[in-house]
Amino acid sequence: METTENKVREPLFHIAKRAYIPWYKAWCIRLIAILAAFIICGILSFIVIGASPLDFYSALLKGSLGSQRKIWKFLKDAAVLLCISLAVTPAFRMKFWNIGAEGQTLMGALATAACMFYLGGKLPDALLLVVMFVSAIVVGSIWGTIPAIFKAIWNTNETLFTLMMNYVATCIVSYFLIIWTPNGSSSLGVLPDGHLPIIGNEYLLIILITVFIAIAMYIYLYYSKHGYEISVVGESYKTACYIGIDVKKVIIRTMILSGALCGLAGFLIVSGLDHSVTTETVGGRGFTAIMVSWLAKFNPAVMALTSLFIVFLSQGSAQVSQNFDVSPAFPDMITGIILFFIIGCEFFIQYKINFRSRKNGGKK
Amino acid sequence: MSDPINSEIRKNTASGKDVVLEMRNITKSFGSIIANKNVDLTVYRGEILAILGENGCGKTTLMNMISGIYYPDSGEIYINGEEVVIKSPKDAFRYKIGMIHQHFKLVDVFSASENIVLGVNDGKKYNIKNVNNRVREIADRYGFNIDPKKKIHEMSVSEKQTVEIIKVLYRGADILILDEPTAVLTPQETEKLFDVLRKMRDDGKSIIIITHKLHEVLAISDRVEVLRKGEHIATVNTSETSESELTEMMVGKKISLNIERTEPKNPELRLAVKGLSGKDAEGTDILKNISFEAYSGEILGIAGIAGSGQRELLEAIAGLQHPESGDIIFHNPKKNKPVTFFHKDLHRVKELAAKGAFHYEDGSAVSFSGMSNKKIRELVNSGKVLFNEDEIIDLRDKTPLQIKELGIRLSFVPEDRLGMGLVGNMDIVDNMMLRSYRKGKSVFVDRSKPDILAGEIIKELDVATPSAHTPVRRLSGGNVQKVLVGREIAVAPKVLMVAYPVRGLDINSSYLIYNLLNKQKENGVTIIFVGEDLDVLIELCDRILVLNSGKVMDIVDGRKAGKEEIGFLMTKTDTYAANNSEEEAKINGNN
Repeated sequence: METTENKVREPLFHIAKRAYIPWYKAWCIRLIAILAAFIICGILSFIVIGASPLDFYSALLKGSLGSQRKIWKFLKDAAVLLCISLAVTPAFRMKFWNIGAEGQTLMGALATAACMFYLGGKLPDALLLVVMFVSAIVVGSIWGTIPAIFKAIWNTNETLFTLMMNYVATCIVSYFLIIWTPNGSSSLGVLPDGHLPIIGNEYLLIILITVFIAIAMYIYLYYSKHGYEISVVGESYKTACYIGIDVKKVIIRTMILSGALCGLAGFLIVSGLDHSVTTETVGGRGFTAIMVSWLAKFNPAVMALTSLFIVFLSQGSAQVSQNFDVSPAFPDMITGIILFFIIGCEFFIQYKINFRSRKNGGKK
Repeated sequence: MSDPINSEIRKNTASGKDVVLEMRNITKSFGSIIANKNVDLTVYRGEILAILGENGCGKTTLMNMISGIYYPDSGEIYINGEEVVIKSPKDAFRYKIGMIHQHFKLVDVFSASENIVLGVNDGKKYNIKNVNNRVREIADRYGFNIDPKKKIHEMSVSEKQTVEIIKVLYRGADILILDEPTAVLTPQETEKLFDVLRKMRDDGKSIIIITHKLHEVLAISDRVEVLRKGEHIATVNTSETSESELTEMMVGKKISLNIERTEPKNPELRLAVKGLSGKDAEGTDILKNISFEAYSGEILGIAGIAGSGQRELLEAIAGLQHPESGDIIFHNPKKNKPVTFFHKDLHRVKELAAKGAFHYEDGSAVSFSGMSNKKIRELVNSGKVLFNEDEIIDLRDKTPLQIKELGIRLSFVPEDRLGMGLVGNMDIVDNMMLRSYRKGKSVFVDRSKPDILAGEIIKELDVATPSAHTPVRRLSGGNVQKVLVGREIAVAPKVLMVAYPVRGLDINSSYLIYNLLNKQKENGVTIIFVGEDLDVLIELCDRILVLNSGKVMDIVDGRKAGKEEIGFLMTKTDTYAANNSEEEAKINGNN
């Protein structure tokens, strides 16, 4: 019997797709993944920097939540990231892979700064803010609409197109910086006019605006006719044609919205935070937003959590590298490991692994 | 080693046949769905075994476990008396098992031989000439008709199938599994395939053929294994059984094969297609001067080999394609009927009124000149404004949205249910909304009415679903079709076009669809039914239009036409068809 048994061994495990998983089980898997990630990170930090896991995690926590000032900064950074994530979301739900949020936001920021530069002092602040707001939205939406028009009419590849538009935007900002700084330093100082008013905390207004956008976006995507059309176009181009949706119109309309929201994010960054513009104003957040949106599966409510989480990780790990004096690459590694676990655990939610049962041994 | 297995094999050998493959107690489930439950299967050398069962009874799953695509949850598989583990298609080939899938897996730009040799690792140096010779050898041996150098994209479906079969023979398969091989073939091609299969059987190969067509089972197989709902029901010798017995085993209860057909009541001209010609995406002529008329209260069948222009014709009528020439004239029966805002907006009503298209109940002409919009609305909503004549509209250049806005209730159940008719990831309610979400001025969608409609359809059509909020892609094929047909009927269409509405459906679901169509017919709907099963077309349709490579060959009476006649019209060669239709034109001209 021994020999036959060796020959006919069932494979150690095989993978089967789950038909259905209750929500609590899915969250259980996610929780386990996050715990596992933290354990691995703790071990890694012990090996690399010699810190005890407790010290390591308290540093991670302090990075974002260590003081009131840090908490506000944490919320502000999450709000800005969330704003850009919300901007790319309608396009993503339409399966229009807009990876040009970086450029669209930067163009919005540039338009805001341009208004502040040219009109500062010439207009009353309230009016100036309105002009800044409108021009940021218009410029951002133009930047988003150009690839959309090409996609709608000639079916060009939107991913490449929007990506390339990012570099064009950076170059345009460099150009204006040279014009605006006659001394040749190319660094524009703080512009004195057109700052967002401060209510309570200096970041509170930005946070409130973002919360408002998130709620509005949720309603737009799930309860409006436009949102419904976006979903249909994203799910199936053929179905959209079949029921008479003008797909070209929906693509262009959605990208106007997406670009406009990016422009708005640019406005918030320049008017509310930086009061200036550089080529690094957006600082890669246009790309991080893509990840935030994906992690939330394009659901604005979940997106609020994912953006908080991403910002928490990046600020916490920055604190870790400062406290323990290690290379700034280390925090990136930590973020990478945690994201790997979070994204990887989705596999276990989608699929089930059946291990070899013992029944083969019990066979007569 | 008193092995029960070996003793059993000895027993079978004693009865004069070698067992080549045996499955015992095979169980396989996908989530909560049990696809196979304790299934046993025995295959002998040199026989054709038919696996018969309704759709979704687990035939394909069972075969996929032999060919290494799935792995059983429990149970054993024996090849030539020895227990084996088949973890991948590669393992299957090692045990000389080859499967020909329903959907071909070929590289379009490669030749037949290149596809056949692809992935073969026999340690020899690759030489296409040797491969070509070997392919020819196999073809000659079993009577295949194939050019090894022909590229796949130049081949017909039946040629592609031949390549798939030779592919597994080339790898030395002794057990061949064919998954619904005749689904894509014409009757003539099917006969040819069967000849080849018989030759292979006589050569000592074991052939398993999956099908749900009874007459084919009787024509080709030596034994039949019947599955129902994932369980093995019976294995019988083909010579000792009958069509009705098999049906009974297959569906569990005896079902009359008669489809009800009533006489059309007061037929009126509803749709007239005149000289419609168009090209497909590649620029080849796909519709060639198509003309026909369809009347209210009838089912007009369209028969033809797949790809004869059926899809293009329906999509042209539905406004999804715009052919270069010809007309699609829709007769909207509006004479003396009240004008409504249900489908026509105020602007269009005013436009029509200006043309003098309406009259009041007493016969006097309607003029809206000088009236306020509010007044016009009140008048129209009171139902006192009536149409003078039926509306006659050419649909050829209209988009689906324009057709809808013109007030034409045209429903279309496309061939590609989840890819075109429905959105797989949306739930039933949201899929109901596809047709109606535009209603009303609000920027928000109203889910309450679609929700009610979804509930009604689930109840009336007996849709098996956990709830109305289940994504439709999770439903089985038959239930998906019920949702789609239910939605299309819910808009009370004047013309209902259905493409292959029972493809992939089991017998019960198919009959439900036939009954639905008949009910619509009684309500005076014009039904255009594109079908593939000639038996069904002949039993269900009042008239049958036969398409052959984009041309209308003939329109025959469904009550009189024979299967042979339609099959012949479908497969006639092009030149013959052209001459014939010219002659017919002459004859018609003389009359």
